[in-house]
Amino acid sequence: MTRIKDKLIKFFFFLNGFFVIVILGGIFLLLLRNALPSFEEIRLTEFLFSSKWNPTSYYKETYGIVAMLVSTFMVTLGALVIAIPLGVGTAGYLSDVASPRVREIAKPVVEILAGIPSVVIGFLGIVFLGPIIAKTTGQYNGLNAINGSILLAVMALPTIVSLSEDALGSVPKSFQEASLALGASHWQTLIKVKIPAASSGILASCMLGMGRAIGETMTVLMATGNAPAMPHSFLDSVRTMTATVAIELGEVPYYSTHFYSLFAIGLVLFIITFIINLISDVVLHNYEKKVRY
Amino acid sequence: MKKLLVLIMCLGIMLLGSSSSHAQMLQIKGSDTLINMVQRLSEVYMEKNAGKYIAVTGGGSGTGIAALINGKCDIANASRGMKSKEIDNAKGNGISPKRVVIAMDGISVITNQENYVTQLTMDELGKIFRGEVTNWKEVGGDDMPINLYGRQSNSGTFVFFMEAVLKGDYSPKMNRMNGNSQIVEAVKSDPSGIGYVGVGYAKEATGINVVKVAARPGATYASPLNAADVKSGAYPIARPLNQYVNGSPKGAVREFLEFELSAEGQQIVDELGFFPIPNEYEEYNSKLGL
Repeated sequence: MTRIKDKLIKFFFFLNGFFVIVILGGIFLLLLRNALPSFEEIRLTEFLFSSKWNPTSYYKETYGIVAMLVSTFMVTLGALVIAIPLGVGTAGYLSDVASPRVREIAKPVVEILAGIPSVVIGFLGIVFLGPIIAKTTGQYNGLNAINGSILLAVMALPTIVSLSEDALGSVPKSFQEASLALGASHWQTLIKVKIPAASSGILASCMLGMGRAIGETMTVLMATGNAPAMPHSFLDSVRTMTATVAIELGEVPYYSTHFYSLFAIGLVLFIITFIINLISDVVLHNYEKKVRY
Repeated sequence: MKKLLVLIMCLGIMLLGSSSSHAQMLQIKGSDTLINMVQRLSEVYMEKNAGKYIAVTGGGSGTGIAALINGKCDIANASRGMKSKEIDNAKGNGISPKRVVIAMDGISVITNQENYVTQLTMDELGKIFRGEVTNWKEVGGDDMPINLYGRQSNSGTFVFFMEAVLKGDYSPKMNRMNGNSQIVEAVKSDPSGIGYVGVGYAKEATGINVVKVAARPGATYASPLNAADVKSGAYPIARPLNQYVNGSPKGAVREFLEFELSAEGQQIVDELGFFPIPNEYEEYNSKLGL
């Protein structure tokens, strides 16, 4: 009886795992199937190397994603530059410096930050952050890449803090005790022993944060101005790939070239996220080989 | 036992709540320009007709028309006409779009109240929004770069303005905002800003100037706030605000359309800042029997 129950439970878990892989594969195939027809009309070189995206043009439709790619990477990089030091620092504070009572309050608060809907954050970007940015940079308008970067940093922060703090917490206590016993201060222990030991988890948290920032749609749609021109500085209005798809998918006639081209953008996003995850996996694997006792 | 009780109570509440959806709900989707006006019209209509339910959502004229073509709504609000490609798509899906004009709009070009440029010709407007003129000093203002605020490609206002004023592509530097309100707010806080909105959004707004437009250099500058100018065509960027339905309107759809075109409906149109239908469109509507 228990043999059968055992086998059934094993099969149940196998089905679950298999199902998840099927969903991922299915999404990829759907994207591929709906993206490929666009290349019957659009030249791949134009798609990948032109910076003019104008499928509803008065004259000739153009489908170049370079300006969008640059915009997405600008806001993502900007967000990471802000969120990684802040996030890892906060994680270090929570794991090593804060008293247990502070930690009890601060950790749930950071997690609530993760639950704030992206529309609300976008709204704050327009109404609150935009005017501040406009005043401090002397611009007339605060809807630009910096605005998007700050908002995305706020959204990626809880992920980075949470996972980095968990990573720091799972460093064996013996590391910390050995370091202190050898005469290092708490500060030196944190920076030179604990963080390097937890670096795989910290790197994973940064990658997840980056994935969140790249895929974020509503916030950037509201707060970055959505100008399709190639951005020349962080103070320019930008339009990310996600915002482009969100804006245009609602009104595009089904099964037209424009429709398929939006799926092509989705495919590019999917591939980028996939590559990021692959790289972080490889880096983690190599690092673990080095650090493994 | 307690858990079972709670579960039964939850189910009971859900069933109670769902009974109201027995009634047929009219789905109206589309233009951001029309949304406030149509929402007000449907609120008043529902107050007067118990048991009728109307749901009005936005998304832009393009989104509304796409929804009509895919059979996902009963009425599409559109601040532009349907393109021939869209009509072909609809017919291919077995939908026969019929247009009803429910109001008139004068697309208002707005600038910040501190900007003393308050009149422009159509030609200058076209150059500004195409990105050929990039500084206010080129049209008689201060030495300030021009910041453009417009809609996105799913907007009927975007398309209409492009075809009527630009006759070309928008500048790629133009900020694509999510709706009329956002454009008003942006121009309010940006001394160098210029944008275009439906007249209903410009009439009561503070902190902005409504630009007077001349059809040709030398013609008189007309304002969209002046009903006579809009009706006579002296204001060059006037347009009918449409609703598209599938086939000849019948039943609940027809009753709502008749309400919108009645004296009371047109009074609401006026209250929301738009203009009632001129005679030529009344005649057009009557061909559908409305």
